[in-house]
Amino acid sequence: MSAGAYGWLVLASPLAGMILIALGWRVLPGRSAGWLAALAILGSFVASVGALLALQSLPEEERAVTSSAFAYAQTVGVDVDLGILVDPLSVFMVLVVSGVSFLIHVYSIAYMGSDRGYARYFAYLNFFVFSMLLLVLAGNFVLLTVGWAFVGAASYLLISFWYRRDTATRAGIKAFVINVIGDVGLVIATFLLFSGTGALDYAGVFEAAPEAFNRNDGTLVAACLMLLVGAFAKSGQLPLHTWLPDAMEGPTPVSALIHAATMVTAGVYLIARTHPLFELAPAAADVGAIVGTATLFFAATVALVQTDLKRIIAYSTISQIGYMILGVSAFAYGAGLFHLMTHAFFKALLFMAAGSVIGAVGGNQSIERMGGFRFAMPFTHVTFAIGALSLAAFPLTAGFFSKDEILAFTLNRGGTLYPTLAVVGYVGAFMTAFYAFRMVFRVFWGEPVPEALVLERGDMPHGEHANPATGEPEDSDVGFPGPDHHIADRERSMKAPMFLLALLALVGGAVGIPLVSDTLEHFLEPTFAESAFIEQVPSESAEITGLVVGGLVGIAGILLARELYLRRPGSTLAMVARMPRLHRFLERKWYFDELFDVVFVRPAKGFGRIGREGIETGVVQGLMGGTSGIVRAGAHLARTVQSGYLRAYALLLVIGLSAMALYFLIVSA
Amino acid sequence: MLFEQVLFFVAAAGAIAGALGVVMIQNPFYSVLALVGHLVALALLFLLLRAEFLAAAQLVVYAGAVMVLYVFVVAYIGGADEPLSPEGGAIARLGPLFALALLLELTIAVGGSELAALESAPGTAAPGFGSPAQIGALLLSKFLIPFEAASFLLLVAAVGAVVLARRRRGLEEAGAEGATQVAREVREPAEPATVAGASGEAR
Amino acid sequence: MSPGWFVALSAVIFCIGVGGVLMRRNPLVVLLCLELMLNGGNLALISFARMHGTGDGQIFALIVMVVAACEVVVGLGLIVAMYRRRLAIDVDSMSELRG
Repeated sequence: MSAGAYGWLVLASPLAGMILIALGWRVLPGRSAGWLAALAILGSFVASVGALLALQSLPEEERAVTSSAFAYAQTVGVDVDLGILVDPLSVFMVLVVSGVSFLIHVYSIAYMGSDRGYARYFAYLNFFVFSMLLLVLAGNFVLLTVGWAFVGAASYLLISFWYRRDTATRAGIKAFVINVIGDVGLVIATFLLFSGTGALDYAGVFEAAPEAFNRNDGTLVAACLMLLVGAFAKSGQLPLHTWLPDAMEGPTPVSALIHAATMVTAGVYLIARTHPLFELAPAAADVGAIVGTATLFFAATVALVQTDLKRIIAYSTISQIGYMILGVSAFAYGAGLFHLMTHAFFKALLFMAAGSVIGAVGGNQSIERMGGFRFAMPFTHVTFAIGALSLAAFPLTAGFFSKDEILAFTLNRGGTLYPTLAVVGYVGAFMTAFYAFRMVFRVFWGEPVPEALVLERGDMPHGEHANPATGEPEDSDVGFPGPDHHIADRERSMKAPMFLLALLALVGGAVGIPLVSDTLEHFLEPTFAESAFIEQVPSESAEITGLVVGGLVGIAGILLARELYLRRPGSTLAMVARMPRLHRFLERKWYFDELFDVVFVRPAKGFGRIGREGIETGVVQGLMGGTSGIVRAGAHLARTVQSGYLRAYALLLVIGLSAMALYFLIVSA
Repeated sequence: MLFEQVLFFVAAAGAIAGALGVVMIQNPFYSVLALVGHLVALALLFLLLRAEFLAAAQLVVYAGAVMVLYVFVVAYIGGADEPLSPEGGAIARLGPLFALALLLELTIAVGGSELAALESAPGTAAPGFGSPAQIGALLLSKFLIPFEAASFLLLVAAVGAVVLARRRRGLEEAGAEGATQVAREVREPAEPATVAGASGEAR
Repeated sequence: MSPGWFVALSAVIFCIGVGGVLMRRNPLVVLLCLELMLNGGNLALISFARMHGTGDGQIFALIVMVVAACEVVVGLGLIVAMYRRRLAIDVDSMSELRG
């Protein structure tokens, strides 16, 4: 089969899974909905492997296969097909997405086992994977926007999955609104590109771009900035990041899938895909790099002081995506995408392990309630630690090679901007290592909490059902989490994917070890062949220096965390007491939520109030009420004639008679 | 001729006196009596106008039957004196003014009209003018339909009177209170339902 | 006597009747004043009949008398009904048919 056919199979499989589960959820017994969904994604993964092999069998110049299902819109000037593009970049993304999604599906089979919305969950999850694959495989901007919007919708459905929870629905709406801002940016970018080049498919636009636009042309820069807006909204970069931490209201596998491995990487994919445009408009690329760096620094500082376990991991996602954005904006495509892959591995692993710990404490997500779980849940402990090591870029883990490759490339770009960004990146790496192991030591080391002791005895702790954010009691019925909590150490279908991911987090870097293997770079080369920057690789010594510095920075962070949390427990509290304002500033996430509230939310509410009270009540009702009021007043006036008094009527008669007589007198005179 | 004129003025004075008496006497019983006097004076005027049958009919039907009816009802109800000062407010005070205005207009109309016949004395009436024979002949030939219609009207009026004034069984004791209650309720009607009122309640 | 006098007299009687209807409160007296008005009309009719020399006016006056009788019957029946229901015999108090 050709690569194109494999591409359609990749898309068809999760779509079929979603339709089957959505239509047949009543008849699917027990956990079969989960296995069906996982099977659909496995089919997708197998098809993507097939696409890979089919693609590799083609000569290098031809490794960009387009396949069109039908002509979508063909009118004056617009020629858009429902077409997919199978080239190394999209195959890479599809492999990562379907592979990690499959593992998360298997994990969810047990994790969501006692939830009343089991089938609904897997239908949504399949829909999400389908949308993401559509986004990645799209061959033109129109289908890209379709996939983009579907992904936003699917994320809304999944974030507010436990829909009877107030906090969850609000978080879902917040995510959706901010994603829509990104959608608007993407659509405007499409318009601008179409107006300049007259084409909507990738090949057409990229070919026409050098003639249509000059270097740093105004329209092109605007289009690229709009693309960046879309990327930042989807990937949770400054300033459109506020939805991501709140999205932790969704079930943990959702966080693993959407906010670690797939949806948030869509922005990175977008920039990598439209790289010819960014290379023509370096100003926009610089903006992207600056924002990416600012985000990674910001998120790292906030993650230092958060107390909600999933939110720490969420902020680390924002931070790591900042690295990826920096990488692809600095035209280090291979490095950026490499980090995308490794991040998918270790972040999904971290979320899965976090889900296990959260299950152990009965749904509560605060690390204040956790401690000393390393003997009670050894498997979870080990996998979490592996994920943290990879996140901290400990030498020889996958994260180590990918992150330091980005920083090495950035340094190598020269000039003044990029080295500064690289330095900030190393500072961020230090903080990353610190907070990664802050999590490990706080949750798994130290004094065991009561739930840990219960687990050590061999029983399962049962917490009462309450909203973890607000503490208000809930039940375990439809729209709320199910009654049971599952931990990895007890469930095999949770253990297997975590084991696999831990393995990948350790050895996954093998495809991109600098100076030793450049499998990934070589694989991706055909996509980025015409890029002018593909030759700008750092020298050997620069690479090695980068690796050494990165490794030292990571180890330093881990040692500091060990110092503060293990050797001297309670020292952080003293530090917090000495710097309360700084602590509060970081804890309130640099007051971004408050800023948006003042700048956007309150004026919007004010407008609404003006509309309702001023215009609606005043103008519209006044107009309507006014006319009816006039009529009523007139009728009231006319009504006074009907007084009910006989004599008044008689008087009127007499008056009328006199008037008539007068008239006739005058007329006849 | 002179006799006729004197008779006219006497009868006219009587008529006007009776009319004023009806309007101004407080006791309704005496008002009725004043009207009877007025009717007699009018019958005399009819006679002066050669309408013999009608004069007789006036006396027998009007002054005889209708006024007797009135007397019966006044006796039944017991007319209470009412103060002349009108309590109906401006309407009653204005009333006589408008009546005066009407009178003025009519006088101008009559006096200023150029109906020559009104000025001159009419010629001798034909024999049999105003006699019962003539009236009967006219009623049965030229004015047959009005005649029949009038009789029909009389029938309707008789039935109506019976219906209006009959005693409803059981209604007298309980109905009297109920009727007064209903009358009292209806006397103070509730604020007519307006859109604003209804929507205000709904809001 | 020319008919003009009689017509003028009838106008006077009519207007006295009008004044009475507007001034009095007892419905009985109002009906009486109504009779006055009708009689005034009758007088005018008969004087015009004399003027023309035909009997049409007299027939008209006869019919008016019939109508007056009917009206009195119904009116008095109303008043008796009012009295029976213990309502006040006063035209001003009968004012519920209003808008």
